[in-house]
Amino acid sequence: MNLLELLGYFNYWVFAIVLSVGLYTVIAKVNLVKKLIGLSIFQSAVFLMYITMDKVEGGTAPIIQKGVENQVFSNPLPQVLILTAIVVGVSTLALGLAIVVRIYEAYGTIEEDEILDAD
Amino acid sequence: MQIDVMDLTPHLPALQVIVPMLCAPLILLLKPRGLAWAGATAAALLSFAIALNMALAVNTGAYFNYDMGGWEAPYGIELSVGAFGALVLLIVTGAGAAAMLAARPSVDSQIEAERQPLFYSAWLLALAGLAGIVVSADAFNIFVFMEISSLASYVLIAGGPDRRALPAVFKYLIMGTIGATFYLIGIGLVYMMTGTLNLADMEARIGDVTDINPILVAAGFITIGLALKAAVFPLHVWLPNAYTHSPHIVTVFLAACATKVAIYVLVRFDFFVFQDNLENHDLQFSLFLMPLALLGILMASAVAMFEGHIKRLLAMSSVAQIGYIILGASFVSEAGLTASAAHMFNHALAKGGLFLAIAGLACHYRDLRLEQLGGAARSMPWTAAAMVICGFSLVGIPGTAGFISKWLLIDAAMDEGRFAWLLVAIIIASSLMALAYVWRIIETLYFKPPVVAEAPAEAPLQLLLVTWLVALANIGFGLFPQFPLALSSAAAQLLLGRAS
Amino acid sequence: MSADNAILLAICVPLATALGIQLAGRVSDNLREAVTLTGAASLAWVVWGMLPSLFEGARPALTVSELLPGVSIAFEVEPLGMLFAALASGLWIVNSVYSIGYMRGNREKKQTRFYTCFALALGATMGIAFAGNLVTLFLCYELLTLSTYPLVSHKGDEATVRSARVYLGILLCTSIGLLLPAIIWTYHVTGNGDFTVGGILAGKIAGADVGLLLALFVFGIGKAAVMPVHRWLPAAMVAPTPVSALLHAVAVVKAGVFSVTKIIVYIFGVDFLFATPSAGWLLYAAAFTIIAASLVALRQQNLKRLLAYSTVAQLSYVVMAAAVLKPLAEIGAAIHMVAHAFGKITLFFAAGAIYTAARKTELHQLRGIGRRMPWTTAAFTIGGLSMIGVPPTGGFVSKWYILAGAFQADNLLAIFTIIASTVLNAAYFLPIIFMAWFADEQPGGKEHGEAPPLMVLALACTALLTLGFFFFNGPVIELEKQLVQGMLQ
Repeated sequence: MNLLELLGYFNYWVFAIVLSVGLYTVIAKVNLVKKLIGLSIFQSAVFLMYITMDKVEGGTAPIIQKGVENQVFSNPLPQVLILTAIVVGVSTLALGLAIVVRIYEAYGTIEEDEILDAD
Repeated sequence: MQIDVMDLTPHLPALQVIVPMLCAPLILLLKPRGLAWAGATAAALLSFAIALNMALAVNTGAYFNYDMGGWEAPYGIELSVGAFGALVLLIVTGAGAAAMLAARPSVDSQIEAERQPLFYSAWLLALAGLAGIVVSADAFNIFVFMEISSLASYVLIAGGPDRRALPAVFKYLIMGTIGATFYLIGIGLVYMMTGTLNLADMEARIGDVTDINPILVAAGFITIGLALKAAVFPLHVWLPNAYTHSPHIVTVFLAACATKVAIYVLVRFDFFVFQDNLENHDLQFSLFLMPLALLGILMASAVAMFEGHIKRLLAMSSVAQIGYIILGASFVSEAGLTASAAHMFNHALAKGGLFLAIAGLACHYRDLRLEQLGGAARSMPWTAAAMVICGFSLVGIPGTAGFISKWLLIDAAMDEGRFAWLLVAIIIASSLMALAYVWRIIETLYFKPPVVAEAPAEAPLQLLLVTWLVALANIGFGLFPQFPLALSSAAAQLLLGRAS
Repeated sequence: MSADNAILLAICVPLATALGIQLAGRVSDNLREAVTLTGAASLAWVVWGMLPSLFEGARPALTVSELLPGVSIAFEVEPLGMLFAALASGLWIVNSVYSIGYMRGNREKKQTRFYTCFALALGATMGIAFAGNLVTLFLCYELLTLSTYPLVSHKGDEATVRSARVYLGILLCTSIGLLLPAIIWTYHVTGNGDFTVGGILAGKIAGADVGLLLALFVFGIGKAAVMPVHRWLPAAMVAPTPVSALLHAVAVVKAGVFSVTKIIVYIFGVDFLFATPSAGWLLYAAAFTIIAASLVALRQQNLKRLLAYSTVAQLSYVVMAAAVLKPLAEIGAAIHMVAHAFGKITLFFAAGAIYTAARKTELHQLRGIGRRMPWTTAAFTIGGLSMIGVPPTGGFVSKWYILAGAFQADNLLAIFTIIASTVLNAAYFLPIIFMAWFADEQPGGKEHGEAPPLMVLALACTALLTLGFFFFNGPVIELEKQLVQGMLQ
């Protein structure tokens, strides 16, 4: 596999790198908000994977028009799925932030180590 | 077209999800908290009735297939309920309904009045999500329902007065989301290679895939993602704190069914979709999960033996019990899967009963560490007795439900060739450890001098009645286990593709 | 009343009695005691009522529920179980009389709990006696262990609870850790665990596995107290004496050896075991236990502990007799359960009577007690002689049969063990008896007379039974001959 072939998969490389960055942030950061940011990045990487796989070369938006035959469409289904997944991701983020606010109210800090010390 | 309104039977899989989901927002409108509770209980009981109806129908050989909106699979979204699904639905809705029936006194003492409708509403959403996971035959739909149930359970767990629940639920949220996202990556890869999300369709099409590597990666992502959700050792770290600090009645609900639903999806995916299509998949599945299951059984039981907080003790025991369920599945045999499915049911009964009894104890004992609970049986004899029964069921003393599944599991383990004796020895050893930690509870309740000075009264009647209902079910299904067993063995046959 | 229903009744009567005791205990003590005695009497009536049909060869059976295919909760009455049930239910009456005297004489606390658990333990014992298969046996075995825990820990202080924990720990751990796998193994290879004449394992399992399975069974049944799982028995001596008497001389320990015998006869099959060399170790284990326990008993200073170790040795007589694997020895095993029961319950009754009347528990305190408590000491003497096997006591009869069985098998080890242990038994019982009657009392002891009349009545009864069994043992032997029917020809 030469360099050009490797680069040909660049969309998947981006997916893998963004995924790793997100996962690393979730695990390594002590600050709860930063953890949530990492979680969001992590999820976005997956959205990216879905969106990039539906692209068909030369394809357009899947709208059937009268008189246009043999049109190549991109696959609409992953986009629909990801629309749903984004909603799920946003709700998770919102709930996560809400919990962080509650944690701040209860503990006066959002640093994980300090919270552990507090109990 | 004439619609027979009387016969709702074919629509039951859809109703199973729709009833609690529609009721959830309606509950919010019921301002008086008694009414909110009554409404939620009615919805939960109705869900249970639906599940029971399906289970009875499935037991006589029916199989539910339902195309949402009349769109046929694989284009539309399909719901399907077989024996395994019916059994898990029974567990989910049963736990939801029983806990909800008993919930009022416990909720009144732990959750402010004006937030109670919200709490009940989240409860119904969790129920709808869990039921949705079970009935869906569509991989992405499972993901959506998984997140619905998870988000609702985060809310439920964080809803109590214990501030330690907040960091616990944050951890749960992070790990749960990572698990769900792994699952999403997995189904994305499968979709990429097969172009379908319908499980049955996937199974048919994977065989035609030329490059199998992405499917293998997908199987890995899906298995790990779901193992995270199912709290399979060592991915269980979110579980003990989440169960310990959540409102007591929430623990009843979640401990009885939440992780089992994830195991259901895991087993279903591996056996329906991958088993027949990937070379050596059964071996990989066994070799990956069996060591984890065994380690989980031993380590978690050992930790539970020395745990001082009664709820955390039982939470650790849950991790061990999940190990049993996974172990049975990892045998990839009919006997093993039957044991696994039966243990899901029996463990839900035992653990549900134990946590219900703890909710009763908690009405009077603020501090649930064992050292504070000395002599509780004197003032709360009924609660303590129910706890003894369910505890014995957890250990697997004959005459209780737990004995049946432990028997099946050991029987299945004896077929495992040269590792058979090691497996049996580990199961037996962990049963003895279970005996040790259950006995610590019993001894504290019955034979230790009281620590808390004032003599509290028995638990509220409503809670007590439900607790005893579950305790008696432990004995009832221990002596007459035919119904869950029939479902379990049908489930095993279905999973192995041997259904008639 | 049909015989099948009688089984159910035999198990339900003690349970109903337990419930009745709980309720009556809130009203008055006398009513509670009346309930106990009524329950004991009706149980004996039910159980003994089954005897005639057994003699005619009937085998009443009852299936309660089928748990799994082939695995069911079922009961079946056969000669060995009948004997055990008749023994336990009969002695429950005597023991109840004695208990009333003991509990009142010592002003024990929590008497209602005591009588309740006692009735529950008897219910479990009936279940063991009539169990029709291994699972049912296991179920009742565990219930017996659990229901006796509150009895053992009755006193409630730190040391008692620690001993009770040893008791419970050993019995539960061995049963779950060894017996349960053995049972599941049996079901796994045979498809069922029903007690069947001639055994079910022949041809299903062979070689070293037989010895291993037998070991799992014998050590799994901790109640049989084959060394090294005998530790619970001395630990259980912290219990009040009526408990030691009925449970740890009759019901619980006999449940152990009864189960071992039943498994050897009805699961393995005597012929099958006899033909399998790997099962031969059991004889040695039992012989070792007899000698070792007797030696330990020699060194005991506490009367109840001495009796406990004597029980360990006597139990292994039964196991050894069963392990000789000859018809006469199997009969000997069965009747030794009866003979030892009469003798040992008398000894425990006497120990309890001495404790109640004089607060004496150690051997050296017993000097000259025969003059103050002649009835009790006489009964003790009879019990002791029965343990040694001197005629005219019941112990002689069973020893005779066991010896005859050992000769039948030309088993020198068994013969030697019986002779050696007889000497040892004499060595620890005769000095006590001699001391009690003829030694001079130590000066400065407190004045006391005979124990409460109810207790004396009870121990006189059992002493008479010990003597009577020497003369009137025909029906028992007749019944147990059915046990080995096929083998006698």
